[in-house]
Amino acid sequence: MASKVLQKPKSFYDIYERNPGTDKKMPHYCPGCGHGNVHKFIAEALDDFEITDKTILISPVGCSVFAYYYFDTGNIQAAHGRAPAVATGIKRAYPESIVISYQGDGDLAAIGTAEILHAANRGENLTVFFINNAIYGMTGGQMAPTTLVGQRTTTTPTGRNSRNEGFPIKVAELISQLHAPVYVERVALFDNKHRARARMAVRKALKNQVENLGFSLVEILSACPSGWKMDPVDSLHWIRDVMLPQFPLGVYKDVTKEVEPYPIDHFNPTAKETKELLEINTEKGDKKLTRVTPRPGFENPEIKVAGFGGQGVLLLGAALAQAGLLEDYHVSWLPSYGPEMRGGTANCHVNIRDIEIGSPMVSNPTVLIALNRPSLEKFEEDVVKDGLIIYDTSLIDIDVKRKDVKILAIPATEIADKLGNTRTANMVTLAAYAAYTGLFSKEVLYETLKSAIKRKRLQEINRKAIDEGYEFGLKNH
Amino acid sequence: MGNILDKPFVKVEPELCKGCGICIDACPVDVLKFSNNFTSKGYHYAYYIDEGCTGCGVCFYACPEPEAIVVFKKGYEYAGEEVG
Repeated sequence: MASKVLQKPKSFYDIYERNPGTDKKMPHYCPGCGHGNVHKFIAEALDDFEITDKTILISPVGCSVFAYYYFDTGNIQAAHGRAPAVATGIKRAYPESIVISYQGDGDLAAIGTAEILHAANRGENLTVFFINNAIYGMTGGQMAPTTLVGQRTTTTPTGRNSRNEGFPIKVAELISQLHAPVYVERVALFDNKHRARARMAVRKALKNQVENLGFSLVEILSACPSGWKMDPVDSLHWIRDVMLPQFPLGVYKDVTKEVEPYPIDHFNPTAKETKELLEINTEKGDKKLTRVTPRPGFENPEIKVAGFGGQGVLLLGAALAQAGLLEDYHVSWLPSYGPEMRGGTANCHVNIRDIEIGSPMVSNPTVLIALNRPSLEKFEEDVVKDGLIIYDTSLIDIDVKRKDVKILAIPATEIADKLGNTRTANMVTLAAYAAYTGLFSKEVLYETLKSAIKRKRLQEINRKAIDEGYEFGLKNH
Repeated sequence: MGNILDKPFVKVEPELCKGCGICIDACPVDVLKFSNNFTSKGYHYAYYIDEGCTGCGVCFYACPEPEAIVVFKKGYEYAGEEVG
């Protein structure tokens, strides 16, 4: 039954507490601004579809930057133009949520052109509301990509000249040419009939997402009386008389009746599938690898490995992560290096944990493996109290200054050199770390070698490196 | 519940009105007018002339403000003096 009262939708906050100003009951928009209408249509639809509590609204940069003052939904404010990228991440992490990218024309059609095109092209199951007022409203009415030919703005005082500034970008037409989007419509807010049409478009675009149909975009021609320097009612006439001829209204694409709703798909491979992807095959070996218990204080390490490029820094980290995988830990490996393959500096962040890993970044390592002096100097202070610093004394001629950490000083390069290949110093160090902390058995490290070192002829020398390093680690703990 | 509204009614909250005039432009039966009075922000607010509202609701959707306008349709049930 239709409601007998039309009033503020529940999806708005009752009081706009987040607004730091004194006025907590009135939005910040100028009199006659179209944002208010679109906000109201969205809020009403969220109420009606009962999706408020699972909706996440991405505010852009522009006048609607503060949309999170008003909507009682999840809210994130994105960097300029990046709302569709942020929305993509959220939707993929939380496929059951309803994610709205709310953007103006300066945001979406200028600095955010790449993000909107690719989100649309990927067919992300998102709803995009694109508010087009043909100028940069918030900054004072400068020319936007959508500014009409001949339109005077503060940066086109004699009118937009297409020879100099090009033509208005027609976003609805552009997006509708892509294969993936399911619904693209341009509507306008200037009279009752067209407001009703806009309201229905907003509802449809949200409904599409609720039904998992795919990417929807509604472009809304909307008045900016302040930026256009007009009376609010005159600005509505300007939409009708001046904007419409250059921005024709209509449904540019609607395949919602033809597409199948796609099932919500979490890419969540099992440990076994992950190992297969990384070509780590534990089934090959005869014996079952069982997880060993690390010595107290060395559980769940957050490791930073650092050195020169070419020392095998990244490989050392990757091998640690692979060894962790073999023991069914949650692992992450995040490399960070310059453009050169050898020389320069390289480091990587490794997590080996019992629980799921939130961030792969390791800013304050519990273990620092420093393979050269600059790395020790640079990262020593970052290590947590009671953490572990392992460093290669063959190459580092200074001592660790910290007194509140454990230290394992190993002449790894010398050991490797004696074995006949200095480049195995990384595996010597890895094995010393494993033995010192009790994190991995030697068998696991041997197994790791099979996937970490692809070249068969290097297997034997690296096995020896592991033997030497392991022995050193056991002797020195 | 209490009473049943026998004729539609539109309520404009003066202090939440920014005086843009879009509801006045939108109203098909011309029952909204600008007040000669000001809000505390200096806007001439819109008001209902107390006669002739059909409850069509277009002013509610025309108004950009979330709660400046409330439209009560015929048959709305209300308790006490909430309306009128």
